[in-house]
Amino acid sequence: MSAFIHDIQTYEFLQKALFTSIIVGIICGVLGSFIILRGMSLMGDAISHAVLPGVALSYMVGINYFYGAVTFGLLTAFGIGFITQNSRVKNDTSIGIVFSAFFAVGIILIGKANTSTDLTSILFGNVLSVRDSDMWMTLGVGAVVLLVIILFYKELLVSTFDPTLAASFGLPNKIIHYLLMILLTLVTVASLQTVGIILVVAMLITPAATAYLLTNRLSIMITISAILGALSATIGLYISFVYNWPSGAAIVLVTTAFFIVAFLFSPRNGIVWRSLKTRKHKTALQ
Amino acid sequence: MAHAIEVKDLHVSYYGKQVLKNVSFTMETGRLIGIVGPNGAGKSTLMKAVLGLIPRDKGTVSIGGKSIAEIRKHIAYVPQRATIDWDFPITVLDTVLLGTYPSLGLFKRPKKKHREWAYQCLEKVGMETFAKRQIGELSGGQQQRVFLARALAQQADIFFLDEPFVGIDVTSEALIISILKELRDNGKTALVVHHDLTKVKDYFNDLIIVNGEIVGAGDVNQVMVPDMMKKAFKTQFALWDSMEVASS
Repeated sequence: MSAFIHDIQTYEFLQKALFTSIIVGIICGVLGSFIILRGMSLMGDAISHAVLPGVALSYMVGINYFYGAVTFGLLTAFGIGFITQNSRVKNDTSIGIVFSAFFAVGIILIGKANTSTDLTSILFGNVLSVRDSDMWMTLGVGAVVLLVIILFYKELLVSTFDPTLAASFGLPNKIIHYLLMILLTLVTVASLQTVGIILVVAMLITPAATAYLLTNRLSIMITISAILGALSATIGLYISFVYNWPSGAAIVLVTTAFFIVAFLFSPRNGIVWRSLKTRKHKTALQ
Repeated sequence: MAHAIEVKDLHVSYYGKQVLKNVSFTMETGRLIGIVGPNGAGKSTLMKAVLGLIPRDKGTVSIGGKSIAEIRKHIAYVPQRATIDWDFPITVLDTVLLGTYPSLGLFKRPKKKHREWAYQCLEKVGMETFAKRQIGELSGGQQQRVFLARALAQQADIFFLDEPFVGIDVTSEALIISILKELRDNGKTALVVHHDLTKVKDYFNDLIIVNGEIVGAGDVNQVMVPDMMKKAFKTQFALWDSMEVASS
């Protein structure tokens, strides 16, 4: 542990990795709370995969991958919405169709892109190679996402909890949906280097789901989720550094460990307490 | 009739299937108005179309000469309970607090006085001891009382309630109707989608009978007559006949 702290103080790349991971943990935790409450976990998975062709095209054209990824993330969100609204195909199915198509295109394009960045590092992330520009981009995206959520917190809360009530208030549910899709795309792009495309969805939903088991208030859920995200990022990075594990995988497994603990021992919802209570009740009846 | 609710030539369809046609009626405000009709008659659809929550194919709705969009802040809507995620991390008091949101405007947070007002509304429906509970821990009747409290928190003039008495206990139903009557006595208006014909005359001043179109609309004593009811409840009129016998 002290070696890790010493190394952080010594190596700049490690400082950047830690800082970026913590920001990613926080913004994923905050946005993820809304994502899981709106039943859009699969949408998170879809958008994260579908940014791949955008990343590839950006390399080809020679621009920052941010722009290409955001474009394709939004295309995916609109495409899925369009198919769901204009056919009898259900939402989860249209999500599957659209994102796998984009992902397939991405795999082909990455091969043609002739870039030093290989598919593996995009798919699985490599936080130890974070550059200054990446770090600032993550920080900027994080600030924008948090600001939007803070400013529109009331509206997000109502439209997530009770869309019909929100509509009767005159709130534009559709615009709110696409606003969240934009934020989701931004967060995905910001998380690419830390956990990679494949595992972004875990950062989005696992800390949020853990927090969901621990509280009955949205504001507290978001706070816990953000803290768990940051904590998982830090611990995961430490494990990754010490045992030489891939950073994304290590971070995700830490979030999973937190979830398992909450799943078993959450004061209200933990299955351990639940089954103890049930057993107690049954013996009392005998 | 300066503050009448006027619906003119309203048509609504879902995916090309006509649900409501030629719907026109004028109702006075300051009254308790029931909306009844057989299953699938378009009662909830009528309410949603009037509120502008679903697109209309044709027709206009005005209240006191103004469009719904103009007077949205004076309207409180209580949707059917079935549409809500009961596991949502929100307490009873915070649910009522949502009713203050339209008056706050963008970027403003509810303050202490809003919380106190929400608490007072909870007291009105006798649910203040449940303030810190999660919303899903309540019974059906208690949930409905909380939603009425939220509508009260909106300080609206016109209340729209969609099937508020479905699956709730007798005490909650009596409490809700007494609050609606109190609102009416203070000059407010309430429209209630309802399905239990036995209590219609006790509950409402006016009645709108719907079955794809308007079968009758007006004072409950003039509208709630066997002719009209048979016309609306064609398939269920045997039941209606037996009810008439029972009540006479």
